[in-house]
Amino acid sequence: MEIKQTALAGTLESSDIQIMLSKGTDGIKVTLDSAVEKQFGDQIRDLITKTLQALDITAANVKAVDKGALDCVIKARTIAAAQRALGTTDQPAWEVF
Amino acid sequence: MAENSERLRRTMMFVPGNNPAMVKDAGIYGADSIMFDLEDAVSLAEKDAARVLVYEALQTQDYEGAELVVRVNGIDTPFYHNDVRAMVKAGIDVIRLPKVESAQMIKDLVKDVAAAEKEFGREAGSTHVMAAIESAKGVLNVPEIAAASDRMIGVALSAEDYTTDMKTHRYPDGAELEFARNMVLHAARAAGIAAFDTVFTNMDDTEGFYRETRYIHQLGFDGKSLVNPRQIKMVNSVYEPTAKEIANARNVINAIAEAKLKGSGVISMNGQMVDRPVVLRAQRVMRLAKASHLVDEEGNDIEE
Repeated sequence: MEIKQTALAGTLESSDIQIMLSKGTDGIKVTLDSAVEKQFGDQIRDLITKTLQALDITAANVKAVDKGALDCVIKARTIAAAQRALGTTDQPAWEVF
Repeated sequence: MAENSERLRRTMMFVPGNNPAMVKDAGIYGADSIMFDLEDAVSLAEKDAARVLVYEALQTQDYEGAELVVRVNGIDTPFYHNDVRAMVKAGIDVIRLPKVESAQMIKDLVKDVAAAEKEFGREAGSTHVMAAIESAKGVLNVPEIAAASDRMIGVALSAEDYTTDMKTHRYPDGAELEFARNMVLHAARAAGIAAFDTVFTNMDDTEGFYRETRYIHQLGFDGKSLVNPRQIKMVNSVYEPTAKEIANARNVINAIAEAKLKGSGVISMNGQMVDRPVVLRAQRVMRLAKASHLVDEEGNDIEE
């Protein structure tokens, strides 16, 4: 699936994560800003990447600003940003939920 | 159904569906029911994000046995169908439909819920529904609405929209809600489901909150919708039985046990016959006492 437009989901409030997705050419690249980067950085990047792959996105630039989000929030915000970028918010990808 | 009508529903706490901090912590306050809101608490641009956030939270978070409710967007909105499908797939306990004005709206919802259960392989009939009554038309039709489906677990009065529809607003004494409250309550009781009173939004008026809660408790409401977790303790304290009520209820329960032991069909206490309403009331007092941690599972007092 190809990203049609740059899209954003999530906020900078506590317990949230803001995900910005834009077109990429060289696989999925995740830039992460998080206070828990040292402990959980790899895990967060991995979860974002896996969620995007499940949505058949193979190339994207991801900018993520984490404010202490749980895995379920990271997954939810990634799905929301991806569906906005793909222009498919009206047809939720149920199999990825 | 029996389990449903007996379940304690003193507090139904509203949680804005697009707020991760509140969604993840909703289970820690001890609300009997948690209502995740996809409707008024979520802006139009965030409807898609709130839906998926609540969905993912329901998969992983522990809500401590609370009844889980989602308020979906109205039937006439473009968000309604995907809200219902997502929440049925998530295995929500109850879908709350806003602005219900006719039994047909509940029947339409139930049809959509049943279709979603089939689509996502969930047990048929496992998703319950409830109606929010928010207009004069809704109040006048509430008896049919409450009885519209076996899946119905309750009706809730929503006073902000209702008072606007009635060309008034909310007053401290609640006289403007008298008819609606009694209609909703009677419809619920006649249908054997729960009745929820409206929210009280002025957090600074503690006395007013207690006055209103005592009033709806006296009328017979199961409980109240809440916007702030601080109100949970306050409502529970109003619904908490007194030591005298507990002692009396325990005597009734003991009398039942004694009658069973003797194989007698008639229950008597202090030489007086105990009839069915007294038994039902005693059982409800003991359930409330257990929920308030005043007695243990066997019904014995818990020392302070």
